[in-house]
Amino acid sequence: MSARASDLKTFAVLILFLALKAAGNWSLAFGMKQVPQRMSANPMLYLGAMLEPFVAAGILALILAVLARMALLSLADLSFVLPVTAIGYAIAVLVGKIFLHETVTNRRWLGTLLIVAGAALVGSTARKTSAIGAQAP
Amino acid sequence: MMWILVVTMVLATVLSDLLQSYEMKRSGEHSVSVRGLARLLATIVRRRFLILSVVCLAVSFFSFMALVQSEPLSFVVPISSASFVIETFLARFVLRERISARRAAGALAVLAGVVLVGG
Repeated sequence: MSARASDLKTFAVLILFLALKAAGNWSLAFGMKQVPQRMSANPMLYLGAMLEPFVAAGILALILAVLARMALLSLADLSFVLPVTAIGYAIAVLVGKIFLHETVTNRRWLGTLLIVAGAALVGSTARKTSAIGAQAP
Repeated sequence: MMWILVVTMVLATVLSDLLQSYEMKRSGEHSVSVRGLARLLATIVRRRFLILSVVCLAVSFFSFMALVQSEPLSFVVPISSASFVIETFLARFVLRERISARRAAGALAVLAGVVLVGG
């Protein structure tokens, strides 16, 4: 695959990861609020919570997010993936503001701005620099 | 007890990501189509390091769940970004990635941002 096509693929997998992570977290949190029992050290309680459809859907989305992140690590450096996936924190702030009408403090706006700027900076570097795996596996 | 959980969470995250990155670098480019995911799952069950990385991920996730039950999220999220710093160093020295000045500057800005958003 050409470098340009791989760049696009990396971007697409990143977007998919961020979407799965955000949807999974939201569904898990929404579902857990419908579960009457309080969680404790008892593992049966967690299994019971998984019967709630939103909890199950959330866990499924989060498992898919882990797989998408692994695919991302096959396309780019760890030191590239870590900062660019941190965009998820910025998305959480924006979703809270726009959809949940939460108040966002100046401190959190500044943090969001730094995350987006930093991720853009890292995103502009070569995504794969390690020699590991450069030869046939 | 709280600090044991924090250290467990951070170390498990670091180990999980290092193992994952190492194995994924070696196994060629993966995609997220249905066929791509099937190939990815086949890779995971065949590589011992990837299985270990998933175990570490589970340890880190349950430590996080236990921590947020007793500690505020505004403490747990920034402290968990310690893994970010350790991993970037290890990516340079263990995974042999090139951390250019631009990438280092971007990573530091993101780190500061995460601490501000979470704290």
